Amino acid sequence: MSEELNPREREGVIHPEVRARSDESERGPNGQRLQHAEAASKPIRADAPREPQPRGARIKGNRPIDQGEAAERFLAAPLHQKAHDERLWDVRKKRDTAAHGIPEWEELREIASQIKAHTLTHLDQYLAQFEAAAKANGVHVHWAEDGAAHNRIVLDILQKHGAKSLVKSKSMLTEECGFRHFMAAHDIDIIETDLGERIQQLDEEEPSHVVMPAVHKTRLDVADVFARTLGTDPDNDDAHYLAESQRETTRPLILKADAGLTGCNFAIAETGTVVTCTNEGNADLSGNVPPLQIHSIGIEKIIPKVEHLGVFIRLLSRSALGSPITQYTSHFRAPRAGTEMHMVLVDNGRSERLGMEEFWTSLKCIRCGACMNTCPVYRRSGGLSYGATYSGPIGLIIDPTFNKRKYSTLPFSSTMNGSCTNVCPVKINIHEQIFAWRKVLAEEHQIPLLKQGMMKAAGAVLSRPAAYRAAIGAADSALRALPRFAVYNPANTWGKKREMPHAPRQSFHAWYRQNRMNKDGQS
Amino acid sequence: MRIGLFVPCYVDAFEPEVGIATLELLERFGLDVEYPFDQTCCGQPMTNTGCHAEAAATEALFVKNFSGFDYVVAPSGSCVHQVREHLTAIPQTDEVKAVRAKTFELVEFLHDVLKIEELPWAAFPHRVAYHSNCNALRGIGHARPSELNRPYFSKPLNLLKKVKGIEIVDLARPDECCGFGGTFSVFEPAVSAKMGYDKVTDQARAGADYVVSADSSCLMHQKGCAERLGVPLKYIHIAQVLNGAAA
Repeated sequence: MSEELNPREREGVIHPEVRARSDESERGPNGQRLQHAEAASKPIRADAPREPQPRGARIKGNRPIDQGEAAERFLAAPLHQKAHDERLWDVRKKRDTAAHGIPEWEELREIASQIKAHTLTHLDQYLAQFEAAAKANGVHVHWAEDGAAHNRIVLDILQKHGAKSLVKSKSMLTEECGFRHFMAAHDIDIIETDLGERIQQLDEEEPSHVVMPAVHKTRLDVADVFARTLGTDPDNDDAHYLAESQRETTRPLILKADAGLTGCNFAIAETGTVVTCTNEGNADLSGNVPPLQIHSIGIEKIIPKVEHLGVFIRLLSRSALGSPITQYTSHFRAPRAGTEMHMVLVDNGRSERLGMEEFWTSLKCIRCGACMNTCPVYRRSGGLSYGATYSGPIGLIIDPTFNKRKYSTLPFSSTMNGSCTNVCPVKINIHEQIFAWRKVLAEEHQIPLLKQGMMKAAGAVLSRPAAYRAAIGAADSALRALPRFAVYNPANTWGKKREMPHAPRQSFHAWYRQNRMNKDGQS
Repeated sequence: MRIGLFVPCYVDAFEPEVGIATLELLERFGLDVEYPFDQTCCGQPMTNTGCHAEAAATEALFVKNFSGFDYVVAPSGSCVHQVREHLTAIPQTDEVKAVRAKTFELVEFLHDVLKIEELPWAAFPHRVAYHSNCNALRGIGHARPSELNRPYFSKPLNLLKKVKGIEIVDLARPDECCGFGGTFSVFEPAVSAKMGYDKVTDQARAGADYVVSADSSCLMHQKGCAERLGVPLKYIHIAQVLNGAAA
């Protein structure tokens, strides 16, 4: 790779970072590019030092999350940061290739967006239809107002059956509900069956990404976790070995589990069907192996008819990973003979969000994670830096609906570049909602007084030409005025990692006066 | 055609040559260009931070300065995006709406309004990486963003192709944000700077001598990053290149 950097490298003036080898694709021993269902992972070179995995945001009760602080720690772990950024960028590129391969892609996005808009604006009807259809299929249907209600309902079902262990396949909704922690307190053994989620469970960490829960970890991190919890070889970071170790230790637990639970990608109103889209097939194992079957469903997952499913299936995996479809698209409709099937429909703030004029379309989200993969801030911060169930761009606009104070800082962790909006398969105007959240938070005084004070001062200067000119002054003093005028920050956070702009001889204003105006001040 | 020239605050204070080049370039096309002397800012620093009330007086001043022109032209996609999409902290009178609708960024003004054919005075015999400001790219439609499955076009590259001797090099991540992000650059300095370093690295790897953009704010950030990294890239605004800057 380094020869591609010529001719500048010969001059010896390039910073080492520019000279560093870069290969954003994975190649196997034979030099061929490897394609994985869930993106490329790369072995860290043997000579690389072992780098501890950076941990996520520090949670201090209800106090606002300091995403920037956690991001800074992530950036201080360059092996992790680089692997994370390159891996997710690889997924973004695959997404582009997949999207550009379908001539009607933009039309599909529009149709998907409209189906979701229609369903969300008739949600009461479709939920009633779903419930009736599910009941007709012999399913027990439950309604949960919030996460706590969801957890109580599931616990109640388990206790009625004397179930002590539950296998589950990944579900962001149950993360939202704090399901695992709740069940641990009630002595129910929860076993995550998906590789990434299992890694995170064993490491007692939340998922950092909605589709790739352990994407912030390197293979060596996983080797560490498995060595500690499953007794594997700590120095073997071969992906096949690690995946196989997890599979072999989890399969027996699946076979003897008392109950199984899955999330839901799409709930079809006309048939009462829960559809899951997975690559490892663990939703099928969790749903079909144990004698008691539970599906947790966010109420926004409803779509009207089976015929609408195709639109979303075509978009979901292409947006998420750049693959045409997930390995498994599973339809769960009725209990197997001799078993019970339960569906828990969960609100947990969704009805309230539906009533928010500027933010209700965030409920269209199908949890593909494309906005995270493309987000330049997310790729350089890691999902755990957001300190919330949902990270990345979609998290910035959903999290404040759960807790306006705790997540008040998150909408500011964005450059509002808009790439998230362009990759969103259901066309949520994510970056515009980030902008709108900032306004709401400022109006409700949920932003730091210092920040608001700076903006008030800036507004006062910028709205008065004389004051503004005094602040800019002659060109020389523009630099001295920079912290106040352009940077709005007494700590000069600009200059810590960047050179300051060079002071010009004179401002444009001064040039114009000197060169284009006569003594009377006329142009 | 009466043109009101808006010189954004960054350009005024730090890159006066960009304002001069914009003025001279517009005058080359025989336009009557005026620079309202009491202008300051578009209000973006405040609105982007959520502080719309704090932006109202600045927005009102902007409208007062630029009312009555046939067009308002500014060498900044970011500021024009603010005016066109987000100048909403004041009542939307006919006057306000007219100013917002008539405000154009320089590239789109040359490309879409003047529809210029040639730039006989412009020559720039260098290898150039073009940087799309995110608001210019996705906000006001300078080009087809890489995410969308739509026919390719690029207004800034169409203009740069009219410049003699210029060679455009391709970036590995052409539409990736450089991390400036307005007040993001000072409130989240670590991520902002890392994004800048990665952008500069991409530009150097592509073999560029110069980076050209329609936004001085991104250039100021990238230049600061390049200097800190020791990467000898040069940064120049598209107005200067189109106006015939030698280098």
